[in-house]
Amino acid sequence: MSTKERNLTRRTILIGAGCMASALGAPVPLTIRRAQATPATMAAAIRQVVGEATVNSGKVNLDLPPLVENGNTVQYTVSVDSPMTPSDYVKAIHVFNEKNPQPNVISVHLGPRAGRASFTSRMRLADSEKVVAIAEMSDGSFWADTVEVVVTIAACVEDGIP
Amino acid sequence: MSTPLINVPAHAKQGEVIAIKTLISHEMETGFRYSPSGALIPRNIITEFQCTYNGEEIFRAQFHPAVAANPFLTFYTVASGSGTITFKWTGDNGFSQTASANIVVE
Repeated sequence: MSTKERNLTRRTILIGAGCMASALGAPVPLTIRRAQATPATMAAAIRQVVGEATVNSGKVNLDLPPLVENGNTVQYTVSVDSPMTPSDYVKAIHVFNEKNPQPNVISVHLGPRAGRASFTSRMRLADSEKVVAIAEMSDGSFWADTVEVVVTIAACVEDGIP
Repeated sequence: MSTPLINVPAHAKQGEVIAIKTLISHEMETGFRYSPSGALIPRNIITEFQCTYNGEEIFRAQFHPAVAANPFLTFYTVASGSGTITFKWTGDNGFSQTASANIVVE
């Protein structure tokens, strides 16, 4: 395929059409499609963190309300069943979501100094979706917990003030 | 200006697991929203948080745009000696904020 052909995508045609329409004084009938992660992009983001390792279910507890009224601030707690000793501890905890514009939420790094493998924070949720917390243990194993939440008012719907 | 709120117990027993709570005021603009004029609002978030206890790192976090505005974190550590716990947030557009709290361990 030549460079010229490759550049002539649907997007460039639409932009060109839009420019022509605005040059003629007509309203531009373009709808903006919001960026959204998909289960596939979430799986890819998880792969980037865990590599080839298998992710077991268990040990991790993701505490998230099953019904969320406001997706702009959703409080959650991730706790991992671990003795947190110098030989057996949680190295990191990663949180992922399925339908926000990007699949990553947060990555926290801790060590045996933490005493308790747990943290609480707040996230945004753009839709009713699956949230996954993955813990990376000191022995290299990965453990996960998945929670499905229903969101009635999504984050990212209202636009900002310039 | 972002003023962090820190909650660290003033006193603790040696070896006790203590909870540390932090809250910092920051809009955490995602970079996915549009202004009424149709322009994309550029991303402006805190990307990194670090907590050190007497100079030793005890907790670190990477934030993504999905972290809600005014990032709040609760985490734990073992009280290992009297001293200072320092907190540092860094982010887009050269954002940097530090805070510290003192703890007395018996």
